[in-house]
This record gives sequence, C-alpha cells and structure tokens, in this order.
Amino acid sequence: MNTMRNPGWEWLMAQRWILPALLLIGFGLAFAIPEYNLLNKYVQLVMMYVGINIILTVSLNLVNGYMGEFSLAHAGFMAVGAYTAALLTQKVLPIADYPGLFPLAVLAGGLMAALLGLIVAIPSFKVRGDYLAIITLAFLMIVKSVIENIDYIGGPRGIPGIKKLTTLPWVFFWTVATIWVVRNFVYSKYGRGVLSIREDEIASDLMSVNTRRVKFLAFMVSSFFAGVAGALFAHLLQFISPRVFDIIKTTDVLIMVYLGGIASISGSILGAVLYTVLLEVLRPSNFAALVSWLPDVIFDPLNQYFIRHLGVWRMVIMPLALVLVMLYWPRGIMGLREFRWFVPKRDLDAHHRHVAHGGSHDAPHGH
Amino acid sequence: MTLLTATKVKHYFGGLCAVADFNLQLQSGELMGIIGPNGAGKTTIFNLITGVYRASEGSIRLRDVELVGKTPHQITALRVGRTFQNIRLFRDLSVLDNVRIAHYAQVHYSPLEALLHIGRYRREEQRIIDNSHRLLSIFKLEHLAGETAKNLPYGSQRRLEIARALAIDPELLLLDEPAAGMNPNEIDQLMEFIQWIRQEFKLTILLIEHQMKLVMGICERIMVLDFGQTLSEGPPTVIQNDPKVLEAYLGEGSIG
Repeated sequence: MNTMRNPGWEWLMAQRWILPALLLIGFGLAFAIPEYNLLNKYVQLVMMYVGINIILTVSLNLVNGYMGEFSLAHAGFMAVGAYTAALLTQKVLPIADYPGLFPLAVLAGGLMAALLGLIVAIPSFKVRGDYLAIITLAFLMIVKSVIENIDYIGGPRGIPGIKKLTTLPWVFFWTVATIWVVRNFVYSKYGRGVLSIREDEIASDLMSVNTRRVKFLAFMVSSFFAGVAGALFAHLLQFISPRVFDIIKTTDVLIMVYLGGIASISGSILGAVLYTVLLEVLRPSNFAALVSWLPDVIFDPLNQYFIRHLGVWRMVIMPLALVLVMLYWPRGIMGLREFRWFVPKRDLDAHHRHVAHGGSHDAPHGH
Repeated sequence: MTLLTATKVKHYFGGLCAVADFNLQLQSGELMGIIGPNGAGKTTIFNLITGVYRASEGSIRLRDVELVGKTPHQITALRVGRTFQNIRLFRDLSVLDNVRIAHYAQVHYSPLEALLHIGRYRREEQRIIDNSHRLLSIFKLEHLAGETAKNLPYGSQRRLEIARALAIDPELLLLDEPAAGMNPNEIDQLMEFIQWIRQEFKLTILLIEHQMKLVMGICERIMVLDFGQTLSEGPPTVIQNDPKVLEAYLGEGSIG
C-alpha cells in the first residue's frame, strides 16, 4: 500500500476520470502524429518500439513477476507471433487489397503463441525456479532451430520484404488492450491465484486455488501478448529472421521487467519506457544533439572521446544502471506496488473500508 | 453421522514408515484432538487428509467421497479447511487478499469474464469482498484489510490464518497447533474462540496440539499417536489415566 498521504496526491488519485481522458487524447495523438507529421519519423519509430516493449514487458511480468517464475521463452513466443502474422500477410491474406485485415494477422500471431504457451505451461506443474528457467530456455532454442530448418519460411535467412503495416495507432491500440486485459486478469480470482502461487504454492492449492488451471491461463495470456508484440514488430522492422528472436531479445524484456518492478503493470510501463528511451538517448548522434547547448569548451572535449565512443559505452552504462537499481530497489522501481488509477475502484475501496460489517457477530476474542 | 473415515491408512517416506495403520471415525459436529510427541506423524495425517501427500495405502473418505488420489484444491473444494503449524500466510499480499484467495472455488465466472470484466465478474467479486469483510470483522481484523499480511503481529497472523481457512466455507476444519507460541491467557481465549466458531460455522474440528490444557479442555475425544502408531483413543478422562499414554508422552506428573 502506498504510505504517502500527501493531500494533493490523494486528490489527484481520486480523479479517476483523468486516465480515460488521457487515453482519448492519446488515441487522438496516435492518429494525428503520423497524419500531420507532428514529430519526425525517427521519434515516431521510437514511440512504436516503446509501445511494443510495453506489450512485451507487461505480458512477461505476468509469469516472471506476478507468478514469480523465471521464464526465458518470451522471445520464442514473440517469434511464433511474428512468423505467423508475417506469413499470413505475405502469403495468405489479400492484404494489398484489404489492409484492414492486419489486426486479423496480429490476432492469429497471438493465438498461435498462446497455443505454444499452453505447452510450456505443462512443465511448470512439476518444476519451478531455475529448472523451469532451463526448460523455457530449451523451448526458446527449439523454436529458433525449427524456424531455421524450415525452408518454406526462409530458414536462417528469414523473411524479407514484409509490408509495413504497423502504424502508431495500431501500436497504441494493442498497447492499451494489453494493459487493460492483463490488469483485468490480475484483478480477478485467477490473478489472485497467480499471486498466491508466487507466495506459497502448496498453501495456495490448499486454499482451493486450482493451480494448474491458473498456470495454464497465466502462460496463455502472457504468450498471447508476446505473439501480438512479435506480429507488430515484424510489420514494423519489415524483416524477421530467427536471429532476431534469440536469448538477447528475452534478456532485454527481462531487464525491463525487473527494472520497472515485479508484479506491477505501471512498473512494467515505466521500465519499458525508461529502458527503450535511454538506449536511444545513448546513441552518439542523439546524445550529441541532446547536449549541444553546452558551451564548446565543455562540449568539444566531451565529444572528442565520450560521445564518439558512446556506441560502445551504452552497453556498459545501461547494465551498470541496472546493477545499481537492483542493489537499491531489489524489487524494481514499482515492485509489488501499483499506480492507483490502474487498480479497479472496487478493489481500492475494499482495502480501505473501515465501517463495521456484520455487527451481529460478537466473537469472544478480546485482543 | 460419520463425516470422515480413515481406514488402514499407511504412509511411507522412502523406507520410513511415518503413519502405520491409522484408523479414524470422525462424527459430524465433533471436536477431536490428536496428540503425540514430535515426529509422531500428526501433521503427516493432516497432509494425507488434505491431499498434500497421497497415502501409500488405505482409504480416507469424506462421507462417501474417496479423498486418496484427489489434489489438495479438489479436497478443499469439498469443504475441508486447514491451518498450518508454522503460519503459511501469503505474506506479501494484503490481509483482504489472503481471505479473498481462499474463495477461489466459490467464485463462479469464466476466464473470459475475468479477462474482460464482464458478465458475472462484478457481482461475484462484490460478493466475495463482502464475505471477506464479514470474516475479517468477526476476527477483529477488518481495519487491517489493506495491510500486508507479514506486517501483522503474531497473534493477528494466527487469527488471519483461521479466517482464511473459514473463507473456503469448510465443514471440516483441521487446526495444526493453533496454540503454538501463545501464553496461558491467550490459550484460554483461544479455547473459548474455537468453541465459538464451531457453533457459529457448524464445524467439525480435528486439531493437533501440544498444549495439554487446550486439548483436555475442549476436545471431546482424543487420539494419541507415537511413531505413526495409534497408542490410545478416548475421552480426555480416559486418556489422562491411560498408563501407556502416560509413559509415552505425558511422562510423570500431572496434566496442566
């Protein structure tokens, strides 16, 4: 629970209409920005990557944060979604005539990934922790080598020339949909089951939680949205190959999850935004542009070495930042906390009800 | 009417026989105690009844339903609730969520309704929130609904664990050392409290306890275990005077 009791903050948090209002504005902007070129193409591209990363992070958090498992398979699910959707738009759907069919391809990518999520959930009935991590890693490797060995889908060369169908409005739509659905899941009996599994699986089972069913659902929802993210990713990058979806891709998402905080949707959004944007800022040209207001005396020597070699340094700076975060915020920035606008009002009220209920009962327990 | 019947239950851990030929007939509405030294197999029996372990041999029946082979959540859904010797709350979750989670089997909506918050979702959620608050208020925990469970003092955690067990709407309640770590005054209150919830929730209670005061004070029937064997069984007065029991467990001297 948030212990902060600043009256202004309390008032702001009580204004629950702001979030839907922001969403509406966001949708408007998502359409307006590409239409009227309000921001340059590069910034638009980064915004789309941020959205895709939010989808990946929120969905992985369900398994790795809320459920407390350590799955490494996320890039595998992403690959399945990406390939399914790309094959559909390339070879099956008459997308050139009907670009409106794109969401169908994304949906199919998600469903295919969810189907595989179902299979990965099965070992989680028996195995936990490190051992499950190894199994999910093996799954990731299997997906990769299966794709590499099917010539029809390009084998190791991948699929080039995918149509650019991912647009800012679509990314915005799928990001909001992911956040909404995962949040709904978390605040349901299944979501609470997921949390109780992380806390104590045996106690959870003994409190009537059908742990297998809950694990199935959590893996399916998680992998569905990984597939969705993969489909959007393929139609943004316009080229996919098995190498795009290796362990490094999973690691990126893991970093965003643990940076933002386990078992927190707002944390995942924060983690994805911070990590994606910081990595972009740390590109030499961007960083130079960002500090170009500095006087030449400072800028020139800085540029001489640091900024020019930032390409190397960014892979030192980011992990270092991550180490610091883990040392000082072991559960991540928002670990186990949630931004109150995301919590259903019913849940908030239920946790802060002081009025006496059922006063007819008078237990003789006088502490 | 017999609620729980255990017949010739045996359980082995590897080659070690933890429970040898355990037999029990628990009548509906009864309050029975199981006592015995550490390692006598008491908690193992609870684990066998609730499906944490699968009995190596024998049968455990709840009315006419065979429990051996069922998973813990299936058995719990048949209205068997329990607490644990060492408190096993969901420590990082709120007090309210601890109680709400135990409603899992009683909440009726599909995954789709949960994902979209449609259909029965709202009504069912409100119902279990109300029921959770009712239970918390009975246990004088309602003002702590939003508190993280691990932050509660020990006594409150014990009460929360019983509240959580009652949330599954049990007919049979298994209490594993409910008085552990309590002082004599608290034990008096607990005895009164167990009697009260038994009446209020129409429970059949089976409890494990080391505190003789509690066992002798409230149990109608007591079973004494030692090394997985049943030494003796009967009302408190009989147990207190059984020479076998005195030798194995109670030792010399009087019973507190």
